[in-house]
Amino acid sequence: MKKLVILGAGSAGTMMANHLNKKLDKAEWSITIIDEYESHYYQPGFLFIPFGIYKAKDVVRSKHDFIPKGVEFILKRVKTIAAESNTITLASGETLPYDLLIIATGAKINPAETAGLDEGWYKDIFDFYTLEGAKALYERLKTWTGGKMVVHITELPIKCPVAPLEFSFLADSWLRKKGLRDKTELIYVTPLSGAFTKPTSSKALGYLLEEKGIKLVTDFGVMQVDAEKKKLISYDEIEVDYDLLVTIPTNMGDRMIEESGLGDDLNYVATDKNTLQSKAYPNVFVIGDATNIPASKAGSVAHFEAEILTENILLFLEGKPLKPDFDGHANCFIESGNGKALLIDFNYDVEPVFGTFPFPIIGPMQLLRESRLNHIGKMVFKWIYWNMLLRAIPIPLITAKMSRMGKKIK
Amino acid sequence: MVQKTLAGKNVEVNDEGYMTTPSEWSRDIATALATEIGITLTDKHWEVLEYLRKSFNEGVALSLRKVGNSGIVDIKGLYSLFPGGPLKKSALIAGIPKPASCV
Repeated sequence: MKKLVILGAGSAGTMMANHLNKKLDKAEWSITIIDEYESHYYQPGFLFIPFGIYKAKDVVRSKHDFIPKGVEFILKRVKTIAAESNTITLASGETLPYDLLIIATGAKINPAETAGLDEGWYKDIFDFYTLEGAKALYERLKTWTGGKMVVHITELPIKCPVAPLEFSFLADSWLRKKGLRDKTELIYVTPLSGAFTKPTSSKALGYLLEEKGIKLVTDFGVMQVDAEKKKLISYDEIEVDYDLLVTIPTNMGDRMIEESGLGDDLNYVATDKNTLQSKAYPNVFVIGDATNIPASKAGSVAHFEAEILTENILLFLEGKPLKPDFDGHANCFIESGNGKALLIDFNYDVEPVFGTFPFPIIGPMQLLRESRLNHIGKMVFKWIYWNMLLRAIPIPLITAKMSRMGKKIK
Repeated sequence: MVQKTLAGKNVEVNDEGYMTTPSEWSRDIATALATEIGITLTDKHWEVLEYLRKSFNEGVALSLRKVGNSGIVDIKGLYSLFPGGPLKKSALIAGIPKPASCV
């Protein structure tokens, strides 16, 4: 019996377990998935928790509910991967051999990377990239009476690069509803050259910040946080004061990747951006936020990758050449506040553009334009995630490779 | 896209002045681009620019952390070399795309 082992039972790992469980010959292969935590989080939902739109119950399920029968689930921490000898060691000391390994260990925030952040943590400084942070921020916002609210990105890459913008837009709507907008200065601080950095998006969406009165601080490389004086301080000694800091700390791959000698300076695994095979070991494949590929770290990306990786693993097992089919495709709803959202659909080569989705002209979704329908799409997506996406049930009309239909590509 | 004359050569740049064909880059063009944004290139600048071009050709995404870990200059030093916006300015001079997000 040959062994296929999946490390990580988040979105990417769970989807792979479901795909492969349907495709692999069980007389020949056993599938094992390993994760140290029992809870599965719908991470896109964290964004809504600080504003009371979602509660914890909307975003948490048991991982057991999504891992198919026929796949062994080990609830333990992985200590290291010894890729040279095709084995993994668990924190409990056991060693497991594998014939084929899928790394799906994701990325998470690491506040310890920024000096001073821990001193104000969950006092005046919050994240919304964890359930704990989003809930703590919800409690803090209940007592908000006004002041400087700063939304801050520490460094790239981060999971869901548009989430900080969405947070700012939702905060603006929430503040207006509470009658606190004129008492609150909303400031967006980014290490990039703007809130929008792609030419078409900049032109199409630049108005959003202006319309909502959100101040922008660009090219800000944070050196440290002075939690006592409530200041962000940059490498070139520019200071931004805050009363409430909503920060996206440095995102990093799993510590185990570093301890296994498989990661870069942020613990991401060197991966072929088109085949998703590890660059160092042919029988190791990498998916989702754990890779170093230049695609967005997002659930939709993991979803498209999973379809292509499943095909490539089957080809690999037959000794055939892999297909370089992953094109960097991402498809994201972006909340823009006031019950509206935008939709973007893009890949490595095509930036987000205007158009209709999924059909030319009739849409019904509008790309890169605010609409109520896009917002409904975003809210319906939670159901699709729990009931279809994780279980690897195909979503009609949504293809792994980006379609050029309906897009106004220059 | 617009054509621009830099150091006596015609090169194509985008609306923000970034070269669209990294292979058209030369040291003379870099010097001309740097002069336009008020930077005089020293040996240290050149080391950073060579590193950025090498990283770009290897498909590595540009970040402050990567340059800071390169052993050439720390992040504070990078801000002194390219004041105001080290990544966007160094990328412009190195003839490679500006670091960007997905939108």
